[in-house]
Amino acid sequence: MSNTPAELKYASSHEWARLEEDGTVTVGITDHAQEALGDVVFVETPEVGTVLAAGEEAGVVESVKAASDVYAPVGGEVIAINETLEDAPETVNADPYNEGWFYRLQPTDAGELDAMLSAADYRLQCDDA
Amino acid sequence: MTLLHTPLHALHRELQARMVPFAGYEMPVQYPTGIIREHLHTREKAGLFDVSHMGQVLVSGPGAAAVLESLVPADIEGLECDRQTYALFTSDNGGVLDDLMVTRWGADTFFLVVNAACKNRDIDHLRSHLSGQTLTVLDAQALLALQGPAAREVMRELCPAAAELVFMRGCRAMLEGVDVYITCSGYTGEDGFEMSLPDTAAEALARRLLAAAPVAPVGLGARDSLRLEAGLCLYGHELNEQIDPVEAGLMWSIGKARRVDGERAGGFPGAARIFQHMTDRPARRRVGLTVAGKRPVREGQSVLAQDGRVVGAVTSAGYGASVGGPIAMAYIERGLAEPGNCLTVDVRGRPVPVSVTRMPFTPQRYYRG
Repeated sequence: MSNTPAELKYASSHEWARLEEDGTVTVGITDHAQEALGDVVFVETPEVGTVLAAGEEAGVVESVKAASDVYAPVGGEVIAINETLEDAPETVNADPYNEGWFYRLQPTDAGELDAMLSAADYRLQCDDA
Repeated sequence: MTLLHTPLHALHRELQARMVPFAGYEMPVQYPTGIIREHLHTREKAGLFDVSHMGQVLVSGPGAAAVLESLVPADIEGLECDRQTYALFTSDNGGVLDDLMVTRWGADTFFLVVNAACKNRDIDHLRSHLSGQTLTVLDAQALLALQGPAAREVMRELCPAAAELVFMRGCRAMLEGVDVYITCSGYTGEDGFEMSLPDTAAEALARRLLAAAPVAPVGLGARDSLRLEAGLCLYGHELNEQIDPVEAGLMWSIGKARRVDGERAGGFPGAARIFQHMTDRPARRRVGLTVAGKRPVREGQSVLAQDGRVVGAVTSAGYGASVGGPIAMAYIERGLAEPGNCLTVDVRGRPVPVSVTRMPFTPQRYYRG
């Protein structure tokens, strides 16, 4: 069974978001998503400085099987990307919630996080699928 | 439509395979280890593949060789007993209806293995050309493939005689008390064996093979990436009715005796067209592509020349786990098919640089004695 940490927020498009202590938001894809994709071989992250709106396309994750778009779960400016993924995209499979993060945002409105799914709701959505 | 099951279905479930529909069957695409590790395991040790979805057919009776030669350009008359050859069912316009393996079991008996997706059509095609011979569909036979550098040592423990087989030869043997026809062949580019046996005995043999230390189960996902690295064609991708054997680079599968200057020249569907192409040289060629960087290209994407002109299309693509990066096969204009040529692939609007690469991408390691 896939792992869904209670302290994170989730998007129905299978991204997770974590509000950090400094007010920034870290984004990645869920354990459920990485498992469904299979071995990840390439990740395209947005460039630092890009301003994204909630729901906007924010890159691509490619596995041995398929390419999937990744969306911004909340709006904001990209302030950091996980450079590890360039050489080691498999980190997304190994540790999706920590070492396998995609990018960090300075949110325009941290209140948008409240509109995201809780771990319990996200788990329900995955069970239904 | 209800999906068919192979005799190993319960075992795949037990091994926690991810099952997907494939050619009318529910088949394991991967086990929990994942495609990349299954691929590497096959190249390093040995992988066990369930290929029972493929069609197994016997054609027997006087004139069986001649009937087969009327449908495929391979040298069937000249095939010795217990030897296997790769063959193509060609169409009247010189295209390919399916690719298959033919093994001679006796003077007038041939064992055929055809693609799962094409098997019903192949069987009808064969039946409609018989003249007194018998066609038997071996639908109660399973087919297992054991592939990789450790396959031979595993086989030696089960059946020393089979462990002496060289590439493209076969033998009938008793394995764990079961009558099995074993060939030294496969579709991964590695040394290994394919075993045809009664479906009721398949699970026990699979468990016996999996109990050997070097053997791990491998799904269709890695089977595809292994055959792609080995530069092997897949029907429906590199082969179809619009592609002829010359374009596909499969002229070697046309037996010497069947060529224009051979003792039994032609006599297979589309022979005139194919011979014409052998002299004219076709406008396009199948090539291997090595992708620069890590962004994968995908089947169906366009191949572009430096000036942006579309010069071909990708027919298979994947992650070459042993190569360590994305690779592909494509049909492109013949003039650009020289190894080392730099082209691009249009990946959803983004030009991804690729270079034409001699195939196989990884060395074939068939055992030839």
